[in-house]
Formats: sequence, C-alpha cells, structure tokens
Amino acid sequence: MASSADGEGGLNIHPMDQFIIKDWIPIDLGFVDLSFTNSAFFAFLAVGLVSLFLWTAMSGSSLVPSRMQSMAEGIYEFVRNMVRDSCGEAGMKYFPYIFTLFLFILACNLLGMLPYSFTVTSHFAVTVFLALSVFITVTMIGFMRHGMNFLSFFWPMDAPAVMRPVLAIIEVISYFVRPVSHSIRLGANMMAGHAVLKVFAGFVGAMGVFGVLPILAITGVTALEFLVAVIQAYVFAILTCVYLHDALHMH
Amino acid sequence: MASSATDSDAAAHGGEQAVGMPQLDFDTWASQIFWAALALVLLYQILAKKIMPRIAGALEDRHHAIAGDLDSASTLKAKAEEAQGAYQKALSDAKARAHEIAEKNRAELNVQIAEANEKAEAEIAARTAEGEERIAAIRAEATANAREVAGETAKAIVDKLAPGSADPSAISAAVERALAERGMV
Repeated sequence: MASSADGEGGLNIHPMDQFIIKDWIPIDLGFVDLSFTNSAFFAFLAVGLVSLFLWTAMSGSSLVPSRMQSMAEGIYEFVRNMVRDSCGEAGMKYFPYIFTLFLFILACNLLGMLPYSFTVTSHFAVTVFLALSVFITVTMIGFMRHGMNFLSFFWPMDAPAVMRPVLAIIEVISYFVRPVSHSIRLGANMMAGHAVLKVFAGFVGAMGVFGVLPILAITGVTALEFLVAVIQAYVFAILTCVYLHDALHMH
Repeated sequence: MASSATDSDAAAHGGEQAVGMPQLDFDTWASQIFWAALALVLLYQILAKKIMPRIAGALEDRHHAIAGDLDSASTLKAKAEEAQGAYQKALSDAKARAHEIAEKNRAELNVQIAEANEKAEAEIAARTAEGEERIAAIRAEATANAREVAGETAKAIVDKLAPGSADPSAISAAVERALAERGMV
C-alpha cells in the first residue's frame, strides 16, 4: 500500500488517508493518550446535530405535527416499534439505550458522507467498543434476569441428547462471535464504501476524458453509500434488539 | 502498522499519508473509545432526559386527542341515529294516523251508503207494495165487475131461454164456479 502512495507519474490514490486520526488537542496522560482528535470532534458533532434536530423539531410541538416534528416522531416510533416487536414489553426499559445507539451510529454514518468529513464509525475502535458494550450489557442482563439458568441458553434441549454437548460448544462459540461480527459488519461497511469512493475518484484524473465513467460510478456508489449508512445503523440496532431478546426471553 | 509512531507524527504535522490501515493503529484506540463513550453518554443524557419525554408526551397527547375525537364522534353518531329513529317513528305514526283516518272515513261512507241503500230499498219496497195493492184492488174490481156482468148476462140468457125460471142463487153459484175454474177468485 505504501508503494501506491508514491505519487510520481502513476496513480496518485490514497484511499485510506481519509481514515487517519489527527490529534487536534493533544492530551497525553503519560500512560494513555486521550488527545481530542477529528474522530472525537465528529462524534460530538453527531451528538450536537442529533440533539439540535430533535430539539428544534419538538420545540414547537403541536397536535398536528410540523414536517420536522413528524420526522422526529417517525424515527422515535420506528425504533420504539423495532424494540417492542423484537423484545416485547420487557425490552421497552432499554428503548432509550437502543434509541441513543441507533441515532449516534446513524448520525456518524451520515456525517461521514460529507466531503472532507471523518467517519467515526469507520474505525474498529469505535465499533468494537459499541459492540462490546452491547455484548457485556446484554450478557449481564441475561444473568441478572435468569441467574445461572441463563447458561441453559447454551444447552439445546430440543436436540438429541448425544448431540447436546457438541451443539452447546457451537452455541457458546457463536455467542462469543457475536460482538466480532456485530462490530466488523458496521466498521467494514463504512470503511469499504468510503475507500471505494476514493479509489474511483483517483481514476478520474488518470483517465482523462474517460474520467466521466468513474464519475458516474461515484455518483451511483454515493447513492448506495447513503443507503448503506442508514441500513447499517438499522442493522446494528436490530441486532442489539435480537441479542437483548435472547437475554430477556432465552429463545 | 509497525510504523504507528511515525504515522501519528505525520498526522500531527498535517502531511498525512496513511501507512496501512489507520483502523489498526492501536495507539489511537484509547482516545477514540474515550471520546466516543463520552459522546454516547452525553447523547443518552440529552435524549433520555430532555427529548424522549417530549416526543412521548406529544405522541401521548395526540393519541388522547384522537381517542377523544373518536369518542365524541361516536356520541354524535349515536345522537344522529337517535334523531333518525325519532323521525322514523314520527313518520310511521303519521302514516298510521293517516291510515286510521282513511279507514274511519271509509267506514262512515260505507255506513252512509248502506243507509241510503236501505232507504232506497225501503222506498222501492213501499212503492212495490203500493203498486201491488192497486193491482189487487183493480183485479178485485175487475172480478166484481166480471161477476156482475156474468150474473146479469146469465140471468138475461136464462130469462130469454126460459122466462120466469131464473133462480138468482143458482146463477150466482154457477158464476162463482166458473170464476173459480178460471182462477179469478
């Protein structure tokens, strides 16, 4: 990859540069570096924009909603129904957490679509953190609700007795793979799309007149990326609901 | 990836050029996770404490308003149905009364017609009786006349055939017999 960065003559494409973490305010505590970076800035920008949007939408709240108000209510009801449909009434206690998670990821994904911006969710640090916090929280909920009975979640009672130990091992492995797939799915999707856009953009200069072709491709991929940004936020939230359902109801 | 130190140096100086995947530069993970967690906690506080109650309240209010409107709509509908029922009842009452009046009128007319018929029949019967009486009187007169004429004629004939032998009682008996034979008595 370093060789492709040699900009002399050949293609001058740096698809990964957009993911570089830049220290804006260095905060080095010695044992750990907590510098305020572009990633931190865009995370807080996402928080600010989400809050501003919802606050503005609901400030003139009326019986007959304005456009913004019905958008805010629509998102709220969408997530609420998602939680209720997959976790039942018992899951409604965790609706604010899932609503927060969904909006944070959605806002970060969509902010990343702005040129020169930074996609917080394209970094595995963030997605692994999000997925692990979901995993740990959900596992704790499972044990708090069912005690040691929660372990029977891994013991497939409807399978033949001989198969049960084998299946139990598979169940445990698949349970611990959850945070991995949960985080990689979001991070890789966001990273890959943005990298592809950069690669195609690099072709434009190199192809001269035919550069119009990659531009058309970029247009299509950009539209696709908007779709992916929304879908991945939804997928992350619905998988969180599914895991929560397992912890609450054990199948 | 091995050169993460030089990478972050380059980033700090603005001449950024990624070496490998910046995602796998684990030196930045602590900072990313720290600020993302802080941002998430902040967003959660804002949403759960400030914004979600407002949205829930707005939805609740609308739900109540719609339920109230539906309620009043159903009461109004019930009222309308009641009014329609009353109207229907009034209409059927009026029809019944009209029918009743018509029936009464018809019965009265029938009575009048029957009376008139009776009167006319009585008159006809009276006149018939009167006519029959007169016919009977005329017939009786005619019979009497015939008896007298027949008696006198018979007496004159008997006087002519055998003068002085006329027996008035025998003649009248014969006349009576002849009249009876002809059915005139």
